[in-house]
Amino acid sequence: MFVNQFLFLAAVLFCIGVYGVIARKNAVLMLMSIELILNSVNINLLTFAMRNGSTDGHTFALYIIAVAAAEVGVGLGLVLLVYRNKKTISVDELSEMRG
Amino acid sequence: MNLLAAETEVLAPLASGWFLENAWLIPVIPAIAFALIILIGKRLPMKGSELGVASMLASLVLSAGAAYQWIQRVNSATEEQFVEPVIKSWSWWRSGGFDFGIGQHIDGLSVVVLFVVAFISTLVQIYSLEYLRGDRRYTHFFAALTLFSGGMLAMVLADNMILFLLGWEIMGLCSFMLIGHWWEEDANSRAALKAFFTVRTGDVGLLVGISMLYFAANDWTQENLGLSGFSIRGISAWALSGEPDSTVIMVAAIALFIASIGKSGQFPLHTWLPDAMAGPTPVSSLLHSSTMVVAGVFLVARLYPVFFVGLDILGSGGNLIMFIGAITIVISAALAFVQNDIKRVLAYSTVSQLGYMMLGLGAGAWLPAVFHIFTHAFFKACLFLGAGSISHSASHHSFDMKRDMGGLRKVMPITFTTWIISTLALCGVFPFSGFFSKDEIIDNVGNNGYNTFMIVGLVGAFMTAAYMTRATYLTFFGEPRGASAGHSSHEPHDAHDTHDRHGDHDAHASHDAHASHGPHESGLLITAPLMILSVLALGSGLLNATPFGESWERMKLWVEPRAVEVVDSTYPGGPGESLFINVPSAEEGSSKSVCGTATPEKGVCYAPKLEHAKFKWSKAMLSMVIVFLGMAVSWILSMLLFTKRDARLVGLTQRVKILGVGHRFLVNKYYLDDLYEKVIVRSVAYPISNAAYWFNQNILDGILHSISNLTRKLSGWVYKNIDQRVVDGTVNNSATFTKSVGTAAQPTQSGKVSQYGALLFSAAAVAALVLVIINT
Repeated sequence: MFVNQFLFLAAVLFCIGVYGVIARKNAVLMLMSIELILNSVNINLLTFAMRNGSTDGHTFALYIIAVAAAEVGVGLGLVLLVYRNKKTISVDELSEMRG
Repeated sequence: MNLLAAETEVLAPLASGWFLENAWLIPVIPAIAFALIILIGKRLPMKGSELGVASMLASLVLSAGAAYQWIQRVNSATEEQFVEPVIKSWSWWRSGGFDFGIGQHIDGLSVVVLFVVAFISTLVQIYSLEYLRGDRRYTHFFAALTLFSGGMLAMVLADNMILFLLGWEIMGLCSFMLIGHWWEEDANSRAALKAFFTVRTGDVGLLVGISMLYFAANDWTQENLGLSGFSIRGISAWALSGEPDSTVIMVAAIALFIASIGKSGQFPLHTWLPDAMAGPTPVSSLLHSSTMVVAGVFLVARLYPVFFVGLDILGSGGNLIMFIGAITIVISAALAFVQNDIKRVLAYSTVSQLGYMMLGLGAGAWLPAVFHIFTHAFFKACLFLGAGSISHSASHHSFDMKRDMGGLRKVMPITFTTWIISTLALCGVFPFSGFFSKDEIIDNVGNNGYNTFMIVGLVGAFMTAAYMTRATYLTFFGEPRGASAGHSSHEPHDAHDTHDRHGDHDAHASHDAHASHGPHESGLLITAPLMILSVLALGSGLLNATPFGESWERMKLWVEPRAVEVVDSTYPGGPGESLFINVPSAEEGSSKSVCGTATPEKGVCYAPKLEHAKFKWSKAMLSMVIVFLGMAVSWILSMLLFTKRDARLVGLTQRVKILGVGHRFLVNKYYLDDLYEKVIVRSVAYPISNAAYWFNQNILDGILHSISNLTRKLSGWVYKNIDQRVVDGTVNNSATFTKSVGTAAQPTQSGKVSQYGALLFSAAAVAALVLVIINT
């Protein structure tokens, strides 16, 4: 079993995700990038699960999918509220956390 | 001991069937119904009662099916063959090396009791539809009643002592709920508490007994039968294996018997039973006929080998079970004479009949005792429901025979007829069912060599006939009095009187409305159960009619476990494992059975060998004469005393001192309640609380004072040296340090999310790098 291709795909997806989170100003796009990161992790888990012939990885991947769904739900809710209050979803406008 | 001995012949497998294999459904159905009634009962058209009745009907059908298939199973066995019970067990939970099972153990005994319980419960529920109509906790009543029956059913078919205990305790809880159904009245809730705690006193014995048996038997049962030490089958075989230490098994049997005393209302823990009359009449009927009180007798019958060996049943001179049973028969029958409350008369009669069952079990008359459970359930349920019918329709919710009843035979013909049939059955008059069971007990007690106890049994029969005649006379004959005469006077009752007064005022008002028509016969929902029960009270004795010859002794054939040595070729395994092949050893016949007398050599025994008395008409005639004598004496005295007001008898207890003392002694129930509440509870509780107070004031306070002084001095020193110098110094310094670090790190807190993200990921990247470097 060649795992390299899978791992490479996961790494690429991960990097795209990280780039998206850091560089994008749009909150929805940031959420999508986070999904990419999570799914790259899923690919890793499944890859190693296949290689080791166990189903533990599958179980974890299912958990992550469920958690990711919940996370998107909460995230979109936040975005919606932010939009109602600020009339924008650009994350640069949200700098109340400055110390 | 090698149980896998060479097989000489292989017998055909015993017949089985769906109802036997799935008998575990019988208690599951009421349990589910209970949950449904609690959850959605109030929203249903009949307030949840239909669920209760339907679940009991389903259980009844399943029990009847199981009984039918059990009979087929017995018929498929040869005469000398041990009829294997249908056992299924699953692992319930495991903890620390203990495996707690759950499962069914269906044999003749459990089939009989299952059928009786399901049957009586169904009728009682139907009766309650009418009897409790309009009650304020109608739904909860049916929920508790259903769970109550479910608990009993679970206990009856339990394959191990843990499940047995579960059913036993469910019944204890439900009896508390049902006896205290009208808890607004203080007397009712006190009666419920008394029932609960008295039974709990005995329950300690059950826990002790179960644990002792487990630790004593587990090794043997695991090795020889592959069963846990909780398994009833395993314990039975172990008890008869000649293996157990005689002291251990004796103490375990005594502990278990204490539980039976509490549950079955045997002397000296019988005091809760009459007070349990505070509950609604259907509850009394169910509690006193087939469930709850029978549980104690059932425990002894179920683990009979343990009691047989532990208490040396059939040994010379009698044993604990016989003594308790005999004492209970006489003292409770005596108490029944001084009661004015019709339900209390019946309650003491139940206690007395349970005494017969115990006496029978103690004397080795296993089958007659079990048969008495069977017949007693029908006629006692009928009597209680009859009493309820009277209070419902004639005496205006009163149970006082002297004040509110009398002359009811004309207005309530159905109740009267069923009552008379059941009374004759209870007294043991010839063609009625009680004769076949009670006389069998008395006969077998004598046959096994306990002549003194046989005389006690006959005295009990005399007293039973007499007090039931007194109650019948007061209720149905003579002149109507009080409420039955149409006086709807609402005089306040004595707080200790039991009477079913419905909580709901609307319902009460409607009863008032139709009570003004005077006493009348009850409706069909009440009389139909009465009629069915009275037919069984008349006829159920024929199932084991010893006078008519061997072929009539069907109960003996179907129910009594055969005392043969069994060499199993398979062990009872998991679900679906039910076909065993028995190979009785070639030279072994049931006539020469070693079970119960010597150590079985090749196989195991599950039941001790018991003798049955030969029926003789001369003995039966003797007890008949005694019963009729009791009836006649009681009838004449009752007529003179209550109707003719004979000057020689009225007020006799006031005039003759010795009789007065005896009467007071009986009215006060031998002062046992006073002994328990005033003497035992006080002597335990008061000195302890006094001692605790003294200990608190003198010792604990002294210690506390000196500790507090010491602490004050110590804390002064600590404040000066440690707190001010060390702690404060540290805190101040760390604050200064933190402040400078914070100032330095402030620029990173830009408030920009992407910058935070970048920091996060770069930190992660650094960490990953470090990991890689370390790992390579």
